[in-house]
Amino acid sequence: MLSYVLRRASQSVLVLLAVGLVAFSMFRFVGDPVENLLGQERTDADIERLREQLGLDDPFPIQYWEFLSRAAQGDLGISFRQGRLVADIFIERLPATLELAFVSAAFALLFGVLFGIYTSIRRKGILTNVILTGSLIGVSLPTFLIGILLIYIFAVELGWLPSFGRGDVVQVGWWSTGLLTESGLKALILPGLTLGLYQMTLIMRLVRSEMSEVLRQDYIRFARARGLSDRAIYFRHAIKNTLIPVITITGLQLGSIIAFAIITETVFQWPGVGLLFIDSVQFVDIPVMAAYLMMISVMFVVINFIVDMLYLAIDPRLRDGKTSFS
Amino acid sequence: MALLEIKNMMVEFPNRRGDFTAVKDTSIEVAAGEILGIVGESGAGKSTIGNAVMGLLQAPGRLDGGEIYLNGDRIDGLSGEGLRKLRGNRIGMIFQDPMTSLNPIETIEMQLVETIQEHLGLSRTEAGTRAVDLLGQVGIENAGVRIKQYPHQFSGGMRQRVVIALALCAEPELIIADEPTTALDVSIQAQILDLIKRLCSEKQVGVILITHDMGVIAETADRVVVMYKGRMIEAGSTADVIRNPSKPYSKSLIAAVPPSNRKIDRFPKVAMDDSDGGRLQNFNLSGHWLGRGRRFEDTGDALISVKHISKRFPLNSAILKRDRTYIDAIKDISFDVMPGETFGLVGESGSGKSTVARVITGIHPATSGSIVFANTDLANIKTSSERRRIRRDIQMVFQDPYSSLNGRMRVGTIIAEPIIVNKLARTRAERDSVVLDLLDLVGLGRDAARKYPHEFSGGQRQRISIARALATRPRFLICDEPTSALDVSIQAQILNLLKDLQEQLNLTYLFISHDMPVMRQMCNRIGVMRSGELVEVSETETLFNDPRHSYTRSLIELMPKFTK
Repeated sequence: MLSYVLRRASQSVLVLLAVGLVAFSMFRFVGDPVENLLGQERTDADIERLREQLGLDDPFPIQYWEFLSRAAQGDLGISFRQGRLVADIFIERLPATLELAFVSAAFALLFGVLFGIYTSIRRKGILTNVILTGSLIGVSLPTFLIGILLIYIFAVELGWLPSFGRGDVVQVGWWSTGLLTESGLKALILPGLTLGLYQMTLIMRLVRSEMSEVLRQDYIRFARARGLSDRAIYFRHAIKNTLIPVITITGLQLGSIIAFAIITETVFQWPGVGLLFIDSVQFVDIPVMAAYLMMISVMFVVINFIVDMLYLAIDPRLRDGKTSFS
Repeated sequence: MALLEIKNMMVEFPNRRGDFTAVKDTSIEVAAGEILGIVGESGAGKSTIGNAVMGLLQAPGRLDGGEIYLNGDRIDGLSGEGLRKLRGNRIGMIFQDPMTSLNPIETIEMQLVETIQEHLGLSRTEAGTRAVDLLGQVGIENAGVRIKQYPHQFSGGMRQRVVIALALCAEPELIIADEPTTALDVSIQAQILDLIKRLCSEKQVGVILITHDMGVIAETADRVVVMYKGRMIEAGSTADVIRNPSKPYSKSLIAAVPPSNRKIDRFPKVAMDDSDGGRLQNFNLSGHWLGRGRRFEDTGDALISVKHISKRFPLNSAILKRDRTYIDAIKDISFDVMPGETFGLVGESGSGKSTVARVITGIHPATSGSIVFANTDLANIKTSSERRRIRRDIQMVFQDPYSSLNGRMRVGTIIAEPIIVNKLARTRAERDSVVLDLLDLVGLGRDAARKYPHEFSGGQRQRISIARALATRPRFLICDEPTSALDVSIQAQILNLLKDLQEQLNLTYLFISHDMPVMRQMCNRIGVMRSGELVEVSETETLFNDPRHSYTRSLIELMPKFTK
C-alpha cells in the first residue's frame, strides 16, 4: 500500500514538471521578454545587459531549473502589465475564485447525489421525470447563456439578486471572504448556480446509472433475501458501492470547476483568477498566464492524488493490492 | 403437516407479446428436516419457484395463482413489512455465486450483525457473539479473527459458507438453495453439500435444493421434482425417479447425464427437444474441400509433443528484481498426443489446465520448454507462412459461447473469416459453399448463415464456434470446457457432435474439463493437473479404476456419483 502511495506521488511530481516546462516555454518562445521590458529606444548594449541580468544567456536547462525553484518558493515573477509581483496578484484574486468554486461544487455534489439516488430508486414517477428533463436542459445550454438568463430573471426582472461583482467582502488575514456579509452571500448565488448546474447534472446522471447498476447486483438481491429494510439496502449497501466510481469523476469535475470558472467570472464580472487570466491574455501578460497554468495544474494533480487516496480508504480490495492481477 | 406447501403455483411474466408463463400449475411440499431437490434445464422455471416463495420475483414477474403456506401461515401476497419478517427470518436463501453474493466493501461481521439485529433484536455485542458462533457452525476456523475480514479475503468455498451462515442468522424454518455449488470446484462442492445435509438434520430445517446437476440431486436430495419449461414433470423419492423414471422427459434427461462409472459410445437423444440435428449424415470427404490436404502419413509419432513447458506470470511490476513476485501457472508439463486420439486435461480451477491450452496456441509464450507439432518445433518457426500454417492446423473452441462470437457479425461471415484470412478458397463461390457445408456438418442448417449469434441458443452457438474452428481445416482441436456453460441435454448433443467430427475428419483433440464423468466419456487418455503440475497421466479406464496418485483418487471419490 505504501508503495502505491509513493508511486502515485511520484507520478504527480512528473506531471507537474511537465506542466512547468510548458509554462516556462511560454516565457522563452512566446515573444521576447527583453522586447517586452525595454521600450522603443533601446540600444544593443541595453539588450545585452538585460539579458545577462535576467540570466537569459544561461543554457535552457539551467533557466528551467531557476524557474522551477523560484516558482516553488512562490516567486512567479512580475506582471508585465501591473508591474507587481504575480504571487501578490494571485493571493488577492484567489479567494474569490475558490469561494465561488467550492460553493458551486457543494451545490453540485449535494443535489447531484440526492437527485441521482432518488431517480434511481424511483425509476418512474412525476418528480423523476421533472428532474431528468430539467437536467437535460442543464447539460444542453451553454454556461454563458444560463448565466445571462439567470441575470435577466433574478437581477433585471425581479431585482432580487445582484448581477455582478462580489458584494461586500470581509478581510480575514490575507483572505477576503464574501461569505460573512449578506450582500456577499447574495452575490454568490447566481454565479454559483451557473457554474454548478452543469456539474450537478453530470454527477446526477452518473450517480443514477451507477446506483441502478449496483441495485442489480447479486449482493443487493441477497440483502433483500436476508430481510433487510429498504433503508439499509439503499443507504448502507448500495450507496458506498455507488460512490466509488463517482468519486473519480467528481474529483476531476472539481478541478474543472476551478479551471473553467473563466466564463462564469466573465459573465458576472467576478473578480477572481479567471477574469485575471482573460485580462492577461488580452495584454499578453505572460508571467500571469504561466502562473495561472501552473496553479491550475497543481490543483488538478492534488485533487487527483486525494481522489486516489480516498479510493484506498473506501475500497478494502485496493488496500490489499489485490485488484492489480485479479 | 408439511413445512412448506405450494398449491397450484402460476407465475407470469407479462410482456408486449402477451404473458409468458414461467411456472404452470405446480404443487410442491417440503417437510421439516427434508431436502427436496428441484431439477431441470435452463428455462425450466426452477429458480422462479424459489424466488416466488421469497417474494423476490423480478419485475414484471408476478404470482398469478396458487397458494403458498409456511407452517400453516399463508405467505403469498405478502408485501412490505410482512415480507421482510419472512425473508431471512423464516426462510433463508443461498445464491449460486458466492463471489457476488456478498457486499465487497463491508466486513463479514457487519453483514452478519446487521442481519441478526434486523431479525432477533439483539444488542450489538450479543449479535457479534452469535455471528462468530454461526461462522464456527458452518466450518470456518478461527472465526473470531476471520469475521473482521472482507469478502475478497475468503476463497470461493469459504464465501459460500459465509453466505450459508448469513442464511442461518435467524434460525429459519426453510432454506432455499439456488444452485449453491455450481460455481465451486468438486472438492469444495462435496464439503458444501455435506454442510447443507448436516444443518438440515441437526436443525430440522426444510431445504429446497435447486440445481441443474443430477449428480448433486442423487447425492443430496431425499425427494426430487423434475421441471421442464415451467411444468412439473415428475416428483418422487430420489432413488425412484433416478432409477425408474416414469415420464419420457425424465427418462431422456437422466439418460443424457454422463455416467461416472462406465463409458458409453454415444449419448441418447433427449426427447421433447427438437433442436438436435441427430447423427450426422456421412459427408463424402474424398472430393470435398474439407477433405483436401487431409491425408497425412501416419509415422507413428505423436502429433503434438509438449516437453517440459512452464509458464510464470508476474504478480506485480516492481522496479527492483528482488521485489518482483511471480506465480507459476504451470510447472514442467510434458505429454504427447497421438494422431486421432483425444487427450484430456482435468483439474480444479487454478490448476493451470487452460494455461496449457493458451501456451500451445501461442496466446501466452512459454517461459521454458518446447512444443513440437507435426515434427516442427513451435519455438523455431522462422517464416510467417509456416507460422500461419501451424495456426491453421491448431484451432480452439472456447467455454463461453456467448462471449466468443462477435455479436455484430452474421454467422456466415464469422465462419468465412478464417477462410478469407488464410486464403483457403479460390473463389468467392467456393468459400460460400464451404461455409454452408460447414453449417450442415455441425447440424445447424444452411439458413443459419444469414442470422446473427444472438438469435441462437447456447448449444447452437457452440456449434457455430465449432464450425468456425473447422473452417481452417485443422488437424488439432483444443476444446477448453466446451460444454460447461450448457445444459445437460445440449451437452450430450455437443459431445456427440465432437465425437462424430473426430471420426469423420480424423481430428485430434485436447479436451479440457473439470467434469470427471464427461472426461470419462470423451477421452482416450487423461492427464490430471493440480496447482500447475501434471500429477498423473493414464489411459482413461485405468485412471478411473485404478488411480495411482492420491489427488486423482480424491477427485474420483468426490465427484457426485450418478449411477443408474
